[in-house]
Amino acid sequence: MNRLMQFIAMLALVIGAAAPAHAETLIAAMSSHQIQITSNYTGSQLTVFGVVERDGRTVARGDPYDIVVTVRGPKRMLLVREKERLGPIWINRTQRRFPDSSLFLTVASNRPLSDILSADSARRERIGLENAQQRKDAALDLDVTTARFQDGLIRILSDKGLYSSEERGVTFLSNTMFSAPIDVPATAPTGSYEIDIVLYAGGVPLARQSTNFEVVKSGMEQRLASGAHDLPLLYGLVTVILALLLGWLASVVFRRD
Amino acid sequence: MQIYLPIAELPISILTVLALSGAVGFISGLFGVGGGFLLTPLLIFLDIPPAVAVATVAAQVAGSSTTGVLTYWRRRALDFKLGGILVAGGILGTLLGVLFFNSMRRLGQLELVITLSYVTLFTIIGGLMLYGALRAMLRIRAGKPARLRRRAGTHPWWMGLPWRMRFPRSQLYCSAIPIALLAVVIGFIGAVLGVGGGFILVPALIYFFRIPTAVVVGTSLFQILMTMTGATILHALTNQSVDILLAILLLLGGVIGAQFGGRAARNLNVESFRLLLALLILSVGLRFAIELFIPPSEPFSVILSDSAR
Repeated sequence: MNRLMQFIAMLALVIGAAAPAHAETLIAAMSSHQIQITSNYTGSQLTVFGVVERDGRTVARGDPYDIVVTVRGPKRMLLVREKERLGPIWINRTQRRFPDSSLFLTVASNRPLSDILSADSARRERIGLENAQQRKDAALDLDVTTARFQDGLIRILSDKGLYSSEERGVTFLSNTMFSAPIDVPATAPTGSYEIDIVLYAGGVPLARQSTNFEVVKSGMEQRLASGAHDLPLLYGLVTVILALLLGWLASVVFRRD
Repeated sequence: MQIYLPIAELPISILTVLALSGAVGFISGLFGVGGGFLLTPLLIFLDIPPAVAVATVAAQVAGSSTTGVLTYWRRRALDFKLGGILVAGGILGTLLGVLFFNSMRRLGQLELVITLSYVTLFTIIGGLMLYGALRAMLRIRAGKPARLRRRAGTHPWWMGLPWRMRFPRSQLYCSAIPIALLAVVIGFIGAVLGVGGGFILVPALIYFFRIPTAVVVGTSLFQILMTMTGATILHALTNQSVDILLAILLLLGGVIGAQFGGRAARNLNVESFRLLLALLILSVGLRFAIELFIPPSEPFSVILSDSAR
């Protein structure tokens, strides 16, 4: 009996110790988990909805809540090259590999990232376009050349609309409820996309949640693409025959003599 | 109106593609060149992945040259015997070119080789042709014959090499060696640069072998048709980069454009034909030269390294 009492006391102690740290929980949902590419596809938009859940034991925060949503697209090996001067001409001379780089990256937040957390914590927690792709075990400081190449990569993909940083991309609908529209351009690759949502207050991460969605070809687009991969010879022959047929047809239609 | 391309994986405006391929088709029909050297850079400019652009243009060129081949064949301006030698030599040249292509890629200098070849080849050929065409025009202005007539019994030394063959349709009696050699060189260049080679073949047949222009264009189109049919199937087999929807759009514009081009060619005299083709080739060469010599506004470029795209 004594031992049982001891156990309960210990349990109470553990729960009691945990209670002050009882942080917020983050609940998130997507407007859709799949984007289907059809022949009139010109891009799509998804919305992430979320609620910061508190209960009676959650500590009162002096700072307002901040939300950072990071969307990472399918990963590929990217090669970044730099043109340099060689005599009178400009040629690609140096290159850097960026393995496992996302071809799509969006970082949305309710206010500028620099207001939400410090540059150091952003780097550590992989927040922001520059940091989102770093591996967790990577050295915190990139060497100068790699950083320059990475800046080039981000600049080019941002110009193509594949990378974006939305400083007002998250809207708080109430104190604890937020939504974040995610624009997926038509050039975004097919595959699975991961969404990481982090709740901050006073520069400290309080809770995180992940979800995902996928971009897939459907209908005719899907049949043509899989045909090209599964039956390449047939696909090639059909294309050629179609090409020759169209050429012949044109000469018949336009024949005058 | 936009349509999503399943292999290139992006939406594209149907009207833009039709206008573009129509214009290139016109030039193709007019000069008997495939037009790939114009269409491929234009498609890449529209953000289509380079591998998809090269492979799909091959299919388009095959289709649009069919129209031309049929037109010239009906007009008896197609030399199958000459075309056969050109195709055979072209296959050998393509194989050599692919070997060279892969070894340069291993050395990491492929891109430089391609850009430099574009610049030198196009500027030199375009420049020489422009010079020849202008000189001929000045001679006509001065009341002299445009160029020296080919007289019986006089011919360049390379025509007199062994294995002389008769090509009645081309009004040619010539050794098969220089023709096959020319075809090998063109196949080689085509494989390395991803172009059909019509822009080299046409002037070469006109200048070195003095074959009538109409037969040159018909025969060149025949050679292009054969090469590009093979190239399309090879691209589909090796890297699945042929976009069938894009090919159909390019063909619709291309075959119609080629019809008008072929008709316009009949109303064009030889000298203006040479001048225009020279200017066209020269301007493509200069465009690549600008890329090489002008400091780039964006020194970085991003490419996908593991897949075909």
